[in-house]
Amino acid sequence: MAVIPGRDARQARTGDPAPPVLSVRDLRVRYPSAQMDALAGISFDLHPGELVGLVGLNGAGKSTLSRCLNGIVPQLVPADVAGSVTVDGADALRTPVRRMASKVGIVFDEPGAQLSQGTVGEEVALGLESMAVPYAEMVARVGDILARVGLDGMQDRPPLSLSGGEQQRLALACALAIRPLVLVLDEPTCGLDARSRAAVFDLLEEVAARDGTAIVVVEHDVELLAERADRILVLREGRLVAAGSPVAVFGDVSAMREAGVRVPDVTAVAAALGGRAGEPLPVTLDDAIRWLAGVG
Amino acid sequence: MTGASPVLVLREASYRYPAGAVAVDGVTLDVTPGSVVGIAGANGAGKSTLARLLNGLLRPVAGTVVVDGLDTRHHEVHELARTVGLVFQDPRAQLFARTVAEELSFGPRNLGLPDPEVRERVARVAARLGLDDVLAVSPFELPTPRRRLVALASVLAMEPRVLVLDEPTTGQDHHATAIVAGIVRDLRADGVAVVCISHDMRLLAAVSDQIVVMAAGQIVAVGAPRSVFADVGMLRAAGILAPQVTRLGFGLPQRHGRPAVLGVEELVGELVVARSSGEGLS
Repeated sequence: MAVIPGRDARQARTGDPAPPVLSVRDLRVRYPSAQMDALAGISFDLHPGELVGLVGLNGAGKSTLSRCLNGIVPQLVPADVAGSVTVDGADALRTPVRRMASKVGIVFDEPGAQLSQGTVGEEVALGLESMAVPYAEMVARVGDILARVGLDGMQDRPPLSLSGGEQQRLALACALAIRPLVLVLDEPTCGLDARSRAAVFDLLEEVAARDGTAIVVVEHDVELLAERADRILVLREGRLVAAGSPVAVFGDVSAMREAGVRVPDVTAVAAALGGRAGEPLPVTLDDAIRWLAGVG
Repeated sequence: MTGASPVLVLREASYRYPAGAVAVDGVTLDVTPGSVVGIAGANGAGKSTLARLLNGLLRPVAGTVVVDGLDTRHHEVHELARTVGLVFQDPRAQLFARTVAEELSFGPRNLGLPDPEVRERVARVAARLGLDDVLAVSPFELPTPRRRLVALASVLAMEPRVLVLDEPTTGQDHHATAIVAGIVRDLRADGVAVVCISHDMRLLAAVSDQIVVMAAGQIVAVGAPRSVFADVGMLRAAGILAPQVTRLGFGLPQRHGRPAVLGVEELVGELVVARSSGEGLS
């Protein structure tokens, strides 16, 4: 179980590590009547402005971990938990989910299941109302956020009349509107075409850079994560088996095979050609072209 | 199975939603038994509407859709369902039973099959999709990816001659995606006509005999994966990104002018040969 030390690209650039906004320590979760732990002792930190990809086979614990970050597990989904999740000083496992919602926004993999209001505008305003944001500011924020996710002009549409991709962006808008410190997205590009997937990640990068939001994305598209994420966390059977930059994590092809995680095609090509001593394997298309052309 | 007559025939088929724009616009397409047609296109290109035209859930407002000799304008969905199975993108649209076993039995039982055969089919598809351990569980208690596999299994249990899959690997991990690809290949070998709609170009490159690219309700390209993924301008206009390995192949100067590659092993094989013959590759 090779755990590669985490490396925050932004910290590396600035040399000025911000304190973590979220700390998970030895987190263990077991659901009632389950034979095994869903999470078996997980520890990591998240820093402001980081975009972190969470990967692993289905059943590895990604959704459980996501749902612990704002206390849905164990507060709304009962489970035995040990260890801690601390967000901005608050104990996420015990602070009421309603209060955690102002710190941690979550977008689930079935956005339709989380939409409940009569119109798109009301849907986005819902979270702001519960935080008692003044009316004028609420109107401004709703308009601003819908424009950022590309849903301007759709304020009066019923949410469930939107296409799957639009519902996905609406769910994201709802989460962003509350300006959370941490944003957790469970497969936000599910069912989206290539252009829309890129647009979602453009937006996430902007939110991370501009607002300093720490973002965790559960995602199966490893090519996209290799291009966009600062850091990758790999779960296998409830354990964190690798964490680090995309180059460090996806470049360890045998560890990824063991974890059941596919590596980007370009990495697989370079690995199959035998790699090069002392050089990491490429994980992005541009790096792979340079690597294979021998000029990188 | 070249030469077989098509089991699915679309001629200038169009569909317009009530008070909406034209979603499918003059589509002409043949699908023969034992072949896999991949359908690619950006969100809103008309792919899911096309899927619903193929099993009669929607009927063309112009043109025709003929399934195994039955014109969908004149036959009910339940008649067509004997031939065409459609697996929806959203499993909630098709699941309803109390347990996975009931869900998987429903179709075969409706076909009037005797109980032992129903049980045999349920056991077989459950094993194939790794659902043996959840047969007594409610499909609604399962995590979304497994629920999607239940939806796929429930249609497979009917053993349709035409199978239409709408985004079968959405939300699936590496293993489940490989299982789905394996099932598509097996069905093809068994003579089933498969129409596979997907944003996953790796999947379409791996399983399709032909890829149809749709944009604004129309077919803008059709051909073997190798030729479709070589048409960079068309792909860009249609909002499609070829598989990463294909783009890598085109990006390598030493492969200039060579045809599209579709898989990792194929590109590696080519590069190894080039290296051993001293053609490039440092």
